[in-house]
Amino acid sequence: MPLSTDPGAHPGMRPTDTSNPDYFHKVVDCQWACPAHTNVPEYIRLIAQGRFADAYMLNRASNVFPAVLGRTCDRPCEPACRRGRLPSPAGEETPVAICRLKRVASDHKGDISARLPQAPEVKNGKRVACIGAGPSSLTVANDLMPHGYSVTIFERYDKPGGLMRTNIPSFRLPEPVLAEEVNSILDMGVDIRYNTPATSMKAILDEGFDAVFVGSGAPRGKDLDLPGRNDSDRIHIGIDWLSSLAFGHIDKIGERVLIIGVGNTAMDCCRSSRRLGGKDVKVMARRPRAYFKASPWELDDAEEENIEIVINHAPKRFVIENGVLTGMEFERLEWDADAKKSTVIDTVILPCDDVILAIGQDNAFPWIERDLGIEFDKWGMPKVDQTTFECTRPGIFFGGDAAWGPKNIIWAVEHGHQAAISMDNHCQGVSTAQRLGFAVNLVSQKMGLSEWSYHNDYNPAKRQKMTHVDLVKRFEDLHVEVELGFTAEQTAREVQRCLNCDVQTVFKAAKCIECDACIDICPLSCLTIAKDGPEDEMRQRLSAPATNITQELFASEPLPHTGRLMMKDEDLCVHCGLCAERCPTAAWDMQKSDLNIIYAGQAALLHNPTPELTHA
Amino acid sequence: MPSIVKPLVAHPSLAKNALGLTIRDYEGQMSTLCAGCGHDSITAAIVKALWELSTPPHRLAKLSGIGCSSKTPTYFVNGAHGFNSAHGRMPAIATGANAANRELTYVGVSGDGDSLSIGIGHLCHAIRRNLNMLYVIENNGVYGLTKGQFSASTDVGSKSKKGEANKMSPIDPIQLALSIGATFVARSFSGDKAQLVPILKAAIAHRGFALVDVISPCVTFNDHEGSTKSYKYTRGATHAATESDFVPPASEIVANIGPAGSTSIRMHDGSVLQFTRVPDNYDVTDRGAAMKYLREHPGQIATGVLFADEGIPDMHEMAGSPAGALVNVPFEKLCPGSSALESLMANFR
Repeated sequence: MPLSTDPGAHPGMRPTDTSNPDYFHKVVDCQWACPAHTNVPEYIRLIAQGRFADAYMLNRASNVFPAVLGRTCDRPCEPACRRGRLPSPAGEETPVAICRLKRVASDHKGDISARLPQAPEVKNGKRVACIGAGPSSLTVANDLMPHGYSVTIFERYDKPGGLMRTNIPSFRLPEPVLAEEVNSILDMGVDIRYNTPATSMKAILDEGFDAVFVGSGAPRGKDLDLPGRNDSDRIHIGIDWLSSLAFGHIDKIGERVLIIGVGNTAMDCCRSSRRLGGKDVKVMARRPRAYFKASPWELDDAEEENIEIVINHAPKRFVIENGVLTGMEFERLEWDADAKKSTVIDTVILPCDDVILAIGQDNAFPWIERDLGIEFDKWGMPKVDQTTFECTRPGIFFGGDAAWGPKNIIWAVEHGHQAAISMDNHCQGVSTAQRLGFAVNLVSQKMGLSEWSYHNDYNPAKRQKMTHVDLVKRFEDLHVEVELGFTAEQTAREVQRCLNCDVQTVFKAAKCIECDACIDICPLSCLTIAKDGPEDEMRQRLSAPATNITQELFASEPLPHTGRLMMKDEDLCVHCGLCAERCPTAAWDMQKSDLNIIYAGQAALLHNPTPELTHA
Repeated sequence: MPSIVKPLVAHPSLAKNALGLTIRDYEGQMSTLCAGCGHDSITAAIVKALWELSTPPHRLAKLSGIGCSSKTPTYFVNGAHGFNSAHGRMPAIATGANAANRELTYVGVSGDGDSLSIGIGHLCHAIRRNLNMLYVIENNGVYGLTKGQFSASTDVGSKSKKGEANKMSPIDPIQLALSIGATFVARSFSGDKAQLVPILKAAIAHRGFALVDVISPCVTFNDHEGSTKSYKYTRGATHAATESDFVPPASEIVANIGPAGSTSIRMHDGSVLQFTRVPDNYDVTDRGAAMKYLREHPGQIATGVLFADEGIPDMHEMAGSPAGALVNVPFEKLCPGSSALESLMANFR
């Protein structure tokens, strides 16, 4: 639903309300796509200036684990990146390597200990509990500790990190990197109780906590109930197998390994298998490649390690001979055009020594008594409010994979932020539903005539390719990190690919003399002065047709001379600022939008609400 | 000066013309004119017209004299031939160039100072010769490059930036051109590309001298209250006397084509200038009617194609010069030697 129009009430365009914080936020595609709304263009500029610690701290404010995420994030920002929509002479453009640049900030940040949040010595008297020491619980602790809360975390293992530790192999995320970021939170004085799996919610509540956060993840790997499943100890559940690996309980696997499933867990399983002695490792997929759940780059990394990805094979049974797993039988499938229906061609037996099942995860809450006022749905999932993260019993909150099933780290972090706001409200006697909205600050970037405080030129540089440790060396030790990180030269090139989408084109209709200068100079044909009309029709008669309806059309107030509208299609704007440079009246200006994100601590403000603060 | 060169990255849906070129292929250097200068809009209109006509860039000659206007050929079609002549002498250079190679498309860009003061004599004689070219006057009614003095096209009563009113009578290039036999006369406004682009295309297609006077506000020295060439005043005082569209040669013509009084004029190259509206009792092929119309609308800026006549021979036809470029005439014929010169001279004795 476009922000700018109100169909039915008015046949033409409504002047775009750019005071709605969503308008300019949406122009910054990466920030809009990021669950935690990380200010990507700003941190890329900071990296460009060599201000790595500042870039790291800006990241940390929203995503809490920049070094972890700089290696492992699902990066919803990158498919959203405007750069990926631009054509280039040598073929399709690719998005800015946002995730890799995040790692650059963490690699070079230096000592930032003095800038980390601190907990006050005098506590506020409120005690909260978090179940599980994964990314969502740690975010809750990160947000609440500085406000004087006493946070207790219940963790089943003897080390913190949750799935970041147990499910992500160390060759992708070295343990010291994880430990540093986790400890920066725990060191605020979090009371973490290791080796303490939650066994009873009632018992936890009996300890008298003011609020409880359940961030226990989705710890139960799905099983595959096929003939032979229980006749061998060489059939493993993926996430359990990865946990055993992370804690050093296993150190080898057979030479021939089949991985069932083709999500990111499967990728971690197959690549780990290669390092434990697997020589013939196959990933078995039911459907064609276009329907894989794994991220494309994780598939690439697996294939680089000579792992075969076999499509259109559905598992049928485990082949057990004399009590020993010798192979697995599959049905070979043929799919229709959109891979909805399949027919079985024949069956085939693939020999193997081990099978790892990586076909998904479920939540499990056997430890939550059903008589506590916490309602569950028919699938055994708690009923959780999408905004407040509160369940049906006030004061108990869910987040991360525990709330609505498996997502990813960055979503878990955002859940933690939102739950922390609710917990702060709850503990301070403010309704959890009462929440401050985003605000956007705009600051002109004009430094002088044709002079801007950002690098406004479009740089045609290609996306930099991450270099990897060579294949021989990476298999010598399980813990050798595969990705080497960007070099200084790669970083210098990659930062210039960012289009600075947060430096917004801001238009004031009253100043426009309709000289056409901006329209003539715009390299991407974004601008048009047009007679008013319905949006659908308007989109067709702009300087270039605005066919990407996921991107906003900006419509100005009627222009003073002719009453026509200044239209801007936000889709492909490269934010070069030439419209503003060629504008004789400064009707266009380049202004940096800064999204003001609300974190826990708002309750104190809401106790004395002023009109400004309650405006959402 | 702009801080950067216009980025080469372009919209993926940009159309291609008959030569397979996009409009970006007809761009020139970055303009160093003031931000908001009407001249830049005219440049954009010329770019659009040449792209739509599929003029091969290397078959284009762009010429100018001196002044803000005369900087603008640099800002369109990088791949064209260009000549930046002495002040007011562009028509003379264009005459020489055209005499030698009549196969190129000639676009001259001048201003009210370059054309109506120092170069008025050259302009008049180029019109008389019916030199085959598009001659654009970027008319802002002020000497912008020398900081805002009145020009020869400033209206009586129009005020300078400091508030002084002009007292001298202006030269109207349209009436001047009509009075000395111009064969294509049009006026437009830099802020109205919908009108300007088809006019420019028809003017390029015209066989002979096509004068297009374009009101082009000077944002720095002539865009204030009291000026009669500001954006605001021009928008208010402009009225389209005629409305026309340019129909390229291969297209189907729906309206009737006939002699005087018709609604369409067939151009030399087979294209058609199709009028969608002309006032009653106005005939765009009648020189007297055009002059009468202008006299009857004092104080207004009448725009559109005001007069066109495809029937008058151009310079080459009048001179009986070779049908093609001189470079293609065999050397022996072009320079027949001293004996031929002797016999020619003998004729005059």
